[in-house]
Amino acid sequence: MGATTPLGGDARSTWKALLAGESGISTINAEWVAKYELPVTFAGQAKVNAAEVLTPQEIKRLDPSSQFALIAAREAWADAGSPDVVPERLAVEYATGIGGVWTLLDAYDALKEKGPRRVLPMTIPMLMPNGPAAAIGMDIAARGGVRTAVSACASSTEAVANAIARLRSGEIDVVVAGGCEAGIHPLPIAAFAAMHALSKRNDNPAGASRPYDLNRDGFVMGEGAGALVLETEDHAKKRGAKIYAELVGGAVTSDAHHITAPDPEGTGAARAVTAALQQANAKPEDVVHINAHATSTPVGDIAEYTALLRVFGDHLGNIAVSATKSATGHLLGGAGAIEAIFTVLALHERTAPPTINLENQDPAIPLDVVTSPRTLPEGPILAISTSFGFGGHNAVIAFRSYQG
Amino acid sequence: MALSQSEVLAGLAEIVNDETGIAADAVQLDKSFTDDLDIDSISMMTIVVNAEDKFGVKIPDEEVKNLVTVGDAVNFITNAQ
Repeated sequence: MGATTPLGGDARSTWKALLAGESGISTINAEWVAKYELPVTFAGQAKVNAAEVLTPQEIKRLDPSSQFALIAAREAWADAGSPDVVPERLAVEYATGIGGVWTLLDAYDALKEKGPRRVLPMTIPMLMPNGPAAAIGMDIAARGGVRTAVSACASSTEAVANAIARLRSGEIDVVVAGGCEAGIHPLPIAAFAAMHALSKRNDNPAGASRPYDLNRDGFVMGEGAGALVLETEDHAKKRGAKIYAELVGGAVTSDAHHITAPDPEGTGAARAVTAALQQANAKPEDVVHINAHATSTPVGDIAEYTALLRVFGDHLGNIAVSATKSATGHLLGGAGAIEAIFTVLALHERTAPPTINLENQDPAIPLDVVTSPRTLPEGPILAISTSFGFGGHNAVIAFRSYQG
Repeated sequence: MALSQSEVLAGLAEIVNDETGIAADAVQLDKSFTDDLDIDSISMMTIVVNAEDKFGVKIPDEEVKNLVTVGDAVNFITNAQ
C-alpha cells in the first residue's frame, strides 16, 4: 500500500497521524486565495511536496494529480515487494474525480496571455483523466489493461471494485488500484463553494471537517493519492507476499435520482453494501467496522446513515464507524483509495481509527462513532468502506482479516 | 547584442537540461537530438518554444525538422538573432 495525503507523505505516516488524532487541514498560503477573494481559504493540502519526491522532469511532465498517483503507486509497489508478474497479467485500475485541472487551466491562461504556440505540447496527456493510471502503468510495465473509473467522489472505491472483478475474471494476477486528486485550485474551490458544498469555517480549518457533528457545515477539499497492490490469493501465496487483508467484495450501484443530491431513502447505497457483502458470502452481522463516506455535509451524512440502517438494522449499533475525512479532508477521486488503506490497516492492526471534531453528535445519526483508536475483535473480522459521488454513484468494498 | 555560438550552445544546453534532465555538458554541437540525446518530438517542441523566448528569435515549425543536431539549432539561432 502507498499514499500521500494531508496527513503524511506515505501510508505509514498517514496512518500514524490518523491514529494520533491529527488534522491535515490548514489555511492555504497562495496568492490566489486573496486575489479571487475565495469564500473558503483552507484545505487538506498534501503534507509532502511532490517536488521533493519526484525528479524535475517527472514534475514537469505530469499533472499534480499524476505526481501524487506515481508517488503512492511506487510506495505500494515497493511495499508489495515489487512483485515479479507477467506484464500481460498486470493491470492498473486507477481513478480520479476531476483529472488534470491545474494543467488544463494553466494551459488556458497561457493561451489567453501568450497565444497558442505557448500551450505546452504535453497539455493533453497531462490533463486527461486517465493520465495518472497511464503514468503508473508505464512505471510498472502493466500490459494487462490500464483503466480509469471516473465517478466523482466514488471514483477510487469503484476502481477497487473494478480491480476485484478483473482478478476474479482470471485475466490478470495482479492489479494496482486506487485513485488521486489534485484539485486545490481556485476554480474547483469557487465552484464547490458556489454549490454550498464546502465548510466555510475559515477561522478554524482543523475543526472544519466534522462528520456527524450537529454543527457540520460542508466538506473540506483535500488532495493526494492512495494505491493498493491487489492480487489473487494463489499468486500472493506463491511468491510469499506480505498479506494485509483480503478484498472480498466490491460493488457499484447508481441512484438515478438527482445529479448531486443523495437519494434520501438510501436504497441505491444500501444495494451496494448488500451486493458487496453477498460477494463476500457474508451477513450484515459479520461487519465489525465501517470506514464511512461521511464527508461532513448536512445532507450526505444523514443519507448515508439511512442507507446503512436499511442494511444493518439493529446491528448498526454494534459497528465501530470511523469517519476519517474528519482528519484528511475529502480527497474526491483519491478518497476511496486512502479509506481502503485505512480499512485494511484497521483490520490488520485490529484498530479502528478515530473520527476527530465530533463534539455534539447529531441525534439524527446515532451511530457508534469511534472517537479514539478502538481495538477490534479477535478472529476473522469483516469491514467495509463506502463512497458516494455526484451523479448518484454508490461504491462499496469489503475486506476480511486474513487468516492465512 | 547578438550572442556568440558558444553562448547560444550554453543557453540551449540549459533549456535541454531543464526539459529533459540530460546533463548540460552532454549537449554538444555534433549530437543528434533524437538519435543521440533521445529527445522525443513533444520535448523538442517545448525546447523550441523555450529557445524562442530565451533568444528572441522565431523558429518556424517547418524549420524544426531541419534541426537534426544541436549544431543545426545553434547555427539557426545564431544567424536568426
